[in-house]
Amino acid sequence: MQSKMKESDPILEVENLSASTDNLPILKGVSLTVYPGEIHAIMGRNGCGKSTFSKIIAGHPSYTITNGEIKFLGENINSLEPEERSQSGIFLGFQYPIEIPGVSNLEFLRVSTNARRKFLNKEELDTFDFEELVKEKLEIVKMDQAFLSRSVNQGFSGGEKKRNEILQMALLEPKIAILDETDSGLDIDALRIVASGIKRISNAQTGIILITHYQRLLDEIKPNYVHVMSDGQIIKTGESDLALELEKKGYEWTDNFIKET
Amino acid sequence: MGVSFVRVYKANCNKLFLDNMVNENLVKDVVKEPYKYGFVTDIETEKIEKGLNEDIIKLISQKKEEPRFLLDFRLKAFKKWQKMKEPDWAALGYKKIDYQDIIYYSAPKQKEKISSLDEVDPKLLETFDKLGIPLTEQKKLTNVAVDAVFDSVSIATTFREELAKHGVIFCSISEAVKNHADLIEKYLGTVVPASDNYFAALNSAVFSDGSFVYIPKGVTCPMDLSSYFRINSGDTGQFERTLIIAEESSSVSYLEGCTAPMFDTNTLHAAVVELIALDDASIKYSTVQNWYAGDEEGVGGIFNFVTKRGKCLGKRSKISWSQVETGSAITWKYPSCLLLGEESVGEFYSVALTNNLQQADTGTKMIHIGPKTKSTIVSKGISAGNSKNSYRGLVKMGTKATGSRNYSQCDSMLIGDQASANTFPYIKSQQPNSEIEHEASTCRISEDQLFYLQSRGIEFEEAVSMMVSGFCRDVFNQLPMEFAAEADKLLALKLEGSVG
Repeated sequence: MQSKMKESDPILEVENLSASTDNLPILKGVSLTVYPGEIHAIMGRNGCGKSTFSKIIAGHPSYTITNGEIKFLGENINSLEPEERSQSGIFLGFQYPIEIPGVSNLEFLRVSTNARRKFLNKEELDTFDFEELVKEKLEIVKMDQAFLSRSVNQGFSGGEKKRNEILQMALLEPKIAILDETDSGLDIDALRIVASGIKRISNAQTGIILITHYQRLLDEIKPNYVHVMSDGQIIKTGESDLALELEKKGYEWTDNFIKET
Repeated sequence: MGVSFVRVYKANCNKLFLDNMVNENLVKDVVKEPYKYGFVTDIETEKIEKGLNEDIIKLISQKKEEPRFLLDFRLKAFKKWQKMKEPDWAALGYKKIDYQDIIYYSAPKQKEKISSLDEVDPKLLETFDKLGIPLTEQKKLTNVAVDAVFDSVSIATTFREELAKHGVIFCSISEAVKNHADLIEKYLGTVVPASDNYFAALNSAVFSDGSFVYIPKGVTCPMDLSSYFRINSGDTGQFERTLIIAEESSSVSYLEGCTAPMFDTNTLHAAVVELIALDDASIKYSTVQNWYAGDEEGVGGIFNFVTKRGKCLGKRSKISWSQVETGSAITWKYPSCLLLGEESVGEFYSVALTNNLQQADTGTKMIHIGPKTKSTIVSKGISAGNSKNSYRGLVKMGTKATGSRNYSQCDSMLIGDQASANTFPYIKSQQPNSEIEHEASTCRISEDQLFYLQSRGIEFEEAVSMMVSGFCRDVFNQLPMEFAAEADKLLALKLEGSVG
């Protein structure tokens, strides 16, 4: 199974990536390769650089890449704008989805979806056709149509915001999705909905990176690889049982790896 | 007894939120759309000499063949104006205006009497065509009657016969002076007296043209009425005068649009608009103001000093102002309502956008005089670049305004770290049995919001424009349909390249 995957080209190759913000180094040489059909989990203490990693892949302008490169489908994307990355198939599920007052969720989703469709040379959808599409996708995350007429994320509960993220993922059909603590703040039912949504959207051609603190998401979506991040570096990589071990022993256990390396 | 207080919100954002986020090249690459309406029409005009004195006023009145009462009105206003001082209380800074260096009358030369549009100089028709206001029979807008004003005179008014069938009078104010002198004499200056303020006095003395609307009793005007004001000459001031009278149980929706060519000198525009609503009448007055704003260094642009006021004279009458202010170097404008009639309603919905070195001091006055009167104020100010945008509003409850209510909401949005926004709400209540509610907020388009939209494939500029439209939605909803789309586009255009 593993070897078969590796026969195809990787979706994402992060090579020795270092990045800083306000001259403060955050990432210190991260390497990670994701092949089609793979699910990777990144775990680690708060402040270890997990979220920063996801933002840099998505092109957040507050961070400067000081070394290394990000390759998406074989192309260096270091200097691409965030919107270009999204259009070409990179999706970031936000840990804290942003509220945008006054902008209707439906319109936001439509403009966003059309930007991606345009890139894929697919016909852009008018409001009527888009509503058909979005209704179909709403079902994946068990969301009510009422969400569409509200302002983007405004007044949404934590769980609703996360489901709205997965709805966006379903609409954009990315090649790779980086989901930053999509499980945090979810109750058990919402977690199942989100997890099953992610599973339904992903397939043998897509890659997923789950950033999480908890085993319970990984119980639902079994990763092929688990990476432990500490102080801006990946200090250990294993298979799914590494997460279980981590849950048992805590991050203190991983401190030893730093000493070893 | 009166309670009065002033709150001032000064919002200054210190943190450069765009410096590290905007890809320099992106912003440089964005081709700044030049001001679309900056062209000059090459047409022979009849101008009088520069300067202002009694003789000039007599000359204007004579050119317009005005009755005696109007000349007296002008001369009286001029006398008052001479004794007045230019107001300096607004949060505006500009070079002193030399009132003797302005031409007070300029008209495109054309035949003495024009009986149909075919006789209008094609250059003028072409000008309005270019502005998106076709006037000719074949091309005219289908559902809007238009009065086109070029410099000091009205060029044409469309759909006059159609409107006349309903008894609606829609014509230039010069024509109304000739044909409906009784109405002019009865109402002119009753809402904005000549002595009201410096610029109103100046306008009363020298106004050259403008629109006149009369809606008879019980008539709902069958179409929107619209005036389009075009300043063409660089050294000519535009002083138009608009008077709208809505008789009992009538209603009308009136739209106003403005543009001017680009000159490196400042042009003065000092208009007066008077609205009168009798029992159960309603007037909706919408403006999209896009005068030339000057260049990025603040050179040139229109100085816009306008007095707009509506009088809800009748019971249950209603006057609603909605405005989208995007142009002018300086805007000084407070469309107001005098709520005299019992249960009369005043509304003010405003979007004011300033960019580069533009300055706007705009807002409203809601004067509650009658009992059970109601007013709503929704103001959205957007400041970008180095601009300065102030909301200034007065809500006053008179001694007889029992059971009256006001709700005000003033929101400011800052784009970039050099722009400033102020809110000056003045509240005066002499009536304990009345309610005044004021809400104010200041927000900034945050880096996180922009990144969120961008990370969903939405281009930077579109992301900004989406958020600005979202911010203005409450106001845009109040605009007539075709205006709302226009306003949305206009804002996007004005903001292009401003973020960075």
